[in-house]
Amino acid sequence: MIALISSPRLASIQGAIEFIFTPQTSNVTGGKTVGGIHQVLELLVNQLELTIFALALSMIVALPIGLYLGHRGTGELFATVIGNAGRAIPELALIAFMAALIGVGVLNLTIALAVLGIPPLLTNSFVGIHQVDRSAVDAARGMGMTEFEILRKVEIPLAIPTLFAGIRSATIAIVATATIAPIAGVLTLGDFIINQNVYGDDGVLAGAIMVALLALTLEFGLAALQRRLTSKGLKLSPA
Amino acid sequence: MRSEFTRLRAGIALLLALALSLGVVACGSSSDDGTSSEEGESAGAIVSNPKNAKVSLTIGSKNFPEQEILGEIYAQALKAAGYKVKSDLNLGSETVALQAVKSGAISGYPEYASTALTSFFGIEPEEVPAGATAAYEKSKTEFEKEGLTAFPPTPFASANAVGTTKKFAEKEGLKTVSDLEGKSESMTLYGSPECRQRIDCLAGLEKYYGLKFKSFHPVDIGLRYTVLEKGQADLSILFTTDPQLAAEKDKFVILEDDKEVFPAGNVIFVSKKSTVEKAGPDYEKTIVEVQKGLTLEVMQELDARVELEKQTPKEAAAAYLKSAGYVG
Repeated sequence: MIALISSPRLASIQGAIEFIFTPQTSNVTGGKTVGGIHQVLELLVNQLELTIFALALSMIVALPIGLYLGHRGTGELFATVIGNAGRAIPELALIAFMAALIGVGVLNLTIALAVLGIPPLLTNSFVGIHQVDRSAVDAARGMGMTEFEILRKVEIPLAIPTLFAGIRSATIAIVATATIAPIAGVLTLGDFIINQNVYGDDGVLAGAIMVALLALTLEFGLAALQRRLTSKGLKLSPA
Repeated sequence: MRSEFTRLRAGIALLLALALSLGVVACGSSSDDGTSSEEGESAGAIVSNPKNAKVSLTIGSKNFPEQEILGEIYAQALKAAGYKVKSDLNLGSETVALQAVKSGAISGYPEYASTALTSFFGIEPEEVPAGATAAYEKSKTEFEKEGLTAFPPTPFASANAVGTTKKFAEKEGLKTVSDLEGKSESMTLYGSPECRQRIDCLAGLEKYYGLKFKSFHPVDIGLRYTVLEKGQADLSILFTTDPQLAAEKDKFVILEDDKEVFPAGNVIFVSKKSTVEKAGPDYEKTIVEVQKGLTLEVMQELDARVELEKQTPKEAAAAYLKSAGYVG
């Protein structure tokens, strides 16, 4: 409480923007400057890479299971309970636990972050496929499609909005949490936030702004991709 | 259908249990080696003075174990001297703590002389005096300009240190940081994220020792021994007061900082001048008296109680006051 009220000097948006574009002096670096567009971009790329690795891993694990169970129409409880239990795992504890098993670094973080992506992907892929109109599936089967063709040509296109909602949730959860990666060996934008005494309050705010911008960019990018992939027929309905 | 459902439920229960135990294991890893040699330097017991009951004090500290223990020691000692004492041992960084002192939100808190000089007063680490007394005199003068009083320092000093496993040090023939010359290019160094750019850490090793490392990896402070134990790190940034150094002498060693790049920090207690005057002579007397027993070994031992044996800082502080004879 006290910390907030008597914070020495509030960071300013202006100071943070300056930090993002121009290297600043720091009290503790012995003359080396910190921040600036070069360092910001480097850390941003790291965070993006880590996000892509973790998202890919969580999709490889969750989507086949979710699609299969959704198609079969069984395992609803499995898909939702795993979904909810997964959200309850504390990320920091997971990183620390795996640090003792496999050490720190990209692999540890990829797995720990993928754990965040699996619940929404699993739940949404299951629900998306499961809710597809059964008469459409029956019609496809009547036309002689194989089960795989039904999934690929009928169910997945019809489930695109729900599937993408899952991918977007997973992406946001992963990219936001990748901010804590500097505690386990990978320098991401969180470096600016964790090390207030190196970067100053402006650096902390700059880090937060960049993380928010990155997350919003990914969110809008995926939303645009979703619109392109959604079939025309579905777009007419409000969903 | 029915049997499938039951099977599924059992499977889910199993998975849930697994997920939960993951969390529990991660939270509850504690070392089981009991280091409890009672370090007892006999000292004068603190006498309660009824005059002090009118004075309310709030003792602060930063939010990591060593600071919390120190905060508790001062708070409990002042309480024994008759003061009305509250504590706020959860101040984030030194800038926040300093501001809390200045604003009167806390009466005082313990700070490392080296941190005060570099972080508050912009003094280059290489200009921080190596001797405890000189560093104290210098920070006292600087604090006075801000209307603050710094009491004399503790016997122990805390500093960053390059650490490694004893095995690795013997294999590579490492005793001092200078011994790393010509060898460090093939070694990995792990340290806290802030270490990378701090002159009293990696930046100083590069600048003053001219060392280059194969790679530097930022990790949480809590993992500084894990990365050595896992064999992931060749070198790791440790602290001289680390309890592991005392508890596992045959496992971990620190390399001597022969060029004195890492400024040593003895702890000084910082208050506002007006607070000191209001609190009366027992304030300084109690604080200076109670820290006399805090040698490096005693501080490592107290840190061990909290970090390895999972005692609370409050318990560790009470044990110290009792075994050193400050309270009956």
